[in-house]
Amino acid sequence: METKEAVRSVEALARLAGFHRQARQKVKTRILVCAGTGCIVSGSLRVMKEFERLLADRGAAAQLAGVAEVGKGVGVAQSGCHGFCQKGPLVRIDPYGIFYTGVRPEDVAEIVDTTINGGKTVERLLYRDRDGLACCNQEEIPFYNSQTRIVLKNAGLIDPEDIGDYLAAGGYTALAKVLTEMSPAEVTEAVTRANLRGRGGAGFPTGLKWKEAFHQKAWPKYIVCNADEGDPGAFMDRSLLESDPHAVLEGMIIAGYAVGARHGLIYVRAEYPLAMKRIAIAIEQARETGLLGEDIMGSGFDFDAEIFVGGGVFICGESTALISSLEGQVGEPRQKPPHLAERGYLGKPTVINNVETLANVPVIINIGAPAYAAIGSAKSGGTKIFCLTGKVNNTGLVEVPIGVPLAEIVRGIGGGVPDGRALKAVQTGGPSGGCLPAEMLDLPTDFEELSQAGSMMGSGGMIVMDDTTCMVDVARYFINFLRDESCGKCFSCREGILRMKEIVDDITAGRAGDETLELLKETAEMVKNASMCGLGQSAGNPVLSTIRYFEDEYLAHIQDKKCPAGVCRSLISFTIDADLCTGCTACAVKCPTKAISGEKKQAHTIDAALCDRCGICLDTCRFDAVRKG
Amino acid sequence: MVTFVLNGLEISVEKGTTILEAARFYGIGIPTLCYNEALSPYGACRLCLVEIGVPPRSRLVTSCTYEATEGLVVRTHSERVVKTRQMLIEMYLATCPSSKVIQDLASKHHVTRVRFRQKQEECILCGLCVRMCEEQMQAGAIGYTGRGDSRRISTFFDKKSEDCRFCGGCQYICPACQARCQGPQEKEAVCNACLNLAPPCLEHFDHVMCYMDPCVACEEKSGREPRKTCCK
Ligand SMILES: Cc1cc2nc3c(=O)[nH]c(=O)nc-3n(C[C@H](O)[C@H](O)[C@H](O)COP(=O)(O)O)c2cc1C
Ligand code: FES
Ligand code: FES
Repeated sequence: METKEAVRSVEALARLAGFHRQARQKVKTRILVCAGTGCIVSGSLRVMKEFERLLADRGAAAQLAGVAEVGKGVGVAQSGCHGFCQKGPLVRIDPYGIFYTGVRPEDVAEIVDTTINGGKTVERLLYRDRDGLACCNQEEIPFYNSQTRIVLKNAGLIDPEDIGDYLAAGGYTALAKVLTEMSPAEVTEAVTRANLRGRGGAGFPTGLKWKEAFHQKAWPKYIVCNADEGDPGAFMDRSLLESDPHAVLEGMIIAGYAVGARHGLIYVRAEYPLAMKRIAIAIEQARETGLLGEDIMGSGFDFDAEIFVGGGVFICGESTALISSLEGQVGEPRQKPPHLAERGYLGKPTVINNVETLANVPVIINIGAPAYAAIGSAKSGGTKIFCLTGKVNNTGLVEVPIGVPLAEIVRGIGGGVPDGRALKAVQTGGPSGGCLPAEMLDLPTDFEELSQAGSMMGSGGMIVMDDTTCMVDVARYFINFLRDESCGKCFSCREGILRMKEIVDDITAGRAGDETLELLKETAEMVKNASMCGLGQSAGNPVLSTIRYFEDEYLAHIQDKKCPAGVCRSLISFTIDADLCTGCTACAVKCPTKAISGEKKQAHTIDAALCDRCGICLDTCRFDAVRKG
Repeated sequence: MVTFVLNGLEISVEKGTTILEAARFYGIGIPTLCYNEALSPYGACRLCLVEIGVPPRSRLVTSCTYEATEGLVVRTHSERVVKTRQMLIEMYLATCPSSKVIQDLASKHHVTRVRFRQKQEECILCGLCVRMCEEQMQAGAIGYTGRGDSRRISTFFDKKSEDCRFCGGCQYICPACQARCQGPQEKEAVCNACLNLAPPCLEHFDHVMCYMDPCVACEEKSGREPRKTCCK
């Protein structure tokens, strides 16, 4: 078939894209079943099988690849992650954009009968907004229509394992433009003027990085794509690789052209098998199509990419540690300078960019630097994908212009806090980010603003916390993560984080004295100041930001030996309100430590010495007689 | 040659010279624990921190690993440096109080208290022994295992090493192995018998004004009695 022929010129690429576009237009209805990791876990592959089986039964099946010949009008394909995994498995039916949530294999027959054959929607599978109104169309859903999806524009709409889909959606036109109309310096200039900043955490201007590497004389040069994504709870890089791998690849080839590199390395963590598979398929297909390899599109530019499987250690996401790991050494950070642009992989000039950063590059070329820069804030152009989780109605990946206020993400797209509870804090930036209080929801989500507020952009994790959260406990959780993940070389980082943990443990256990808070602050400052790499330099954030905004809560733990949110077990106590207790004995029966005693039909009491503070009595009592305090 | 500014003085050194080497050459004392002239710098103990750049855009780097560059502005005793260093030493004391090297550092840098819970570790992972074994003894019998607070020094797979020749080089160079001298308050975590430097000038000038050791003026100004020394 035509697809196998290597594209040797820009015209040939346009012809091939035209062919794919036409082939897709022949399909009347296209069923896209989400095959992202989240939806696969909730059972989307079985849904997909069921669609294929049913349609085959009814003689309507047509895998898209064969559509041109079959022409029967219905195609079933898998798509990548929609970023709304909470509602999975998701099914989208094009060209109408009908969006079904929580689809089970049993629902498939009804979808085929009602929607595919009957032309109507299945009401009960539609997404309902806050007012209970059904949204027929994906674009009507508030979660999506408040986003600015320029990087995720293909996510969920194309089959990531089919380069034809990407080409039909205008893929690789940016590369074609770069190779035929722009010099490397012009590409870097465009990226610089677009104000593209690294999405991996540090927010370093990408144009500057490329320029520095371009001017290095040593040879060969390397482009490394950082897909290590170690932040627990952040999965935008995985999602991008799973839903639109060619976009990342295209960005990488353009980066290679801009800095004069011929080799690309994609460092993917071992825990991401699907992302790995999809990027491997993408590389294979791009090679077959002549978009990777020698003399790409007849331009004389050579570039090839390969995948490297990382061990999934958090610190290996740090750029210098990643390079050591690529070289087969222990993944331990080293001091910069020399910068990687000067001495990187195998001692050669290397540019390391995050997955999301690279996926932004084709967008910049396509829409132009000024348009791109106009989307974001004054100092950073474009959008950022956040991974919204925690106590918020809608969770998932949200892409918004850099600089929109936190409230727009948490209240607008996220739909606020569920169960009528109050918003307490928003944690941004991953494990070494910080917690911002509810009063600061107007803060623009911009690199500088977030770090001035004591948090950071990081890789874009965003955890919403309600009033049942204890901020000291939150700090303790993140410190514990960092303690495990520090490489352990710097004394300040290794011992400092351990000491912070010791102090925070003391505070939550009610063992801390009055001078502890000062010591904790000083220790956190020291770890920030004295450590070598980004991990240590930001390890104080969880502690410092919670002290800054929630000092009262620390003081309540330290001075009053109370945990206001009722989370820290050592500091809470359970009592029974004698007026409300009916003496039903239900709690006494269930209490695992036999701490509750009392006669039948008489008020019961809890022996604090025996009580393990598990809270079972509180959940058991039907008369609201158990008090937590 | 590169020219840079060290505590306000413009000095020139050969390219490739670290800040620590330059400072020592000019007689400015910077404390170190994991550094040894005969071994490659490692940057783990963090004691040799200096402030580079001009606040608020300045940062702390380890002078033992950082090469001086043209026009760099370095301060070896700024308030930020001194405070961070003192905090580090306090943490060292809380971790490994049996080492004479650490006790001496505490006195020299006026660290007189330990607010952390006291531990009695025997290793501070400065890595001198690993480099000694590899670089001077050409044996490479020991290395690091584990990550984070599980990091430790060991032979490969914790097996008796074929490469070890029992030269004792590791023990010779270990700062933690040097038992503290028998001072008057031997039982306490902080000995401070050799305490002598307490620079009050820090509060006024944001850096130590002299590098005399001991600084008599400082002692007088602060009204503190110079302590009697017990060792050497
Ligand atoms: C502890 C630590 C972990 C990191 N983990 C990642 C990661 O998982 N993925 C990533 O892209 N960048 C990570 N980074 C940032 C990288 O060091 C580097 O800045 C980034 O990959 C550069 O790409 P960018 O300029 O496109 O953001 C991490 C940094 C630190 C200090
Ligand atoms: S983890 Fe080793 S220096 Fe940060
Ligand atoms: S002497 Fe420089 S870090 Fe130890």
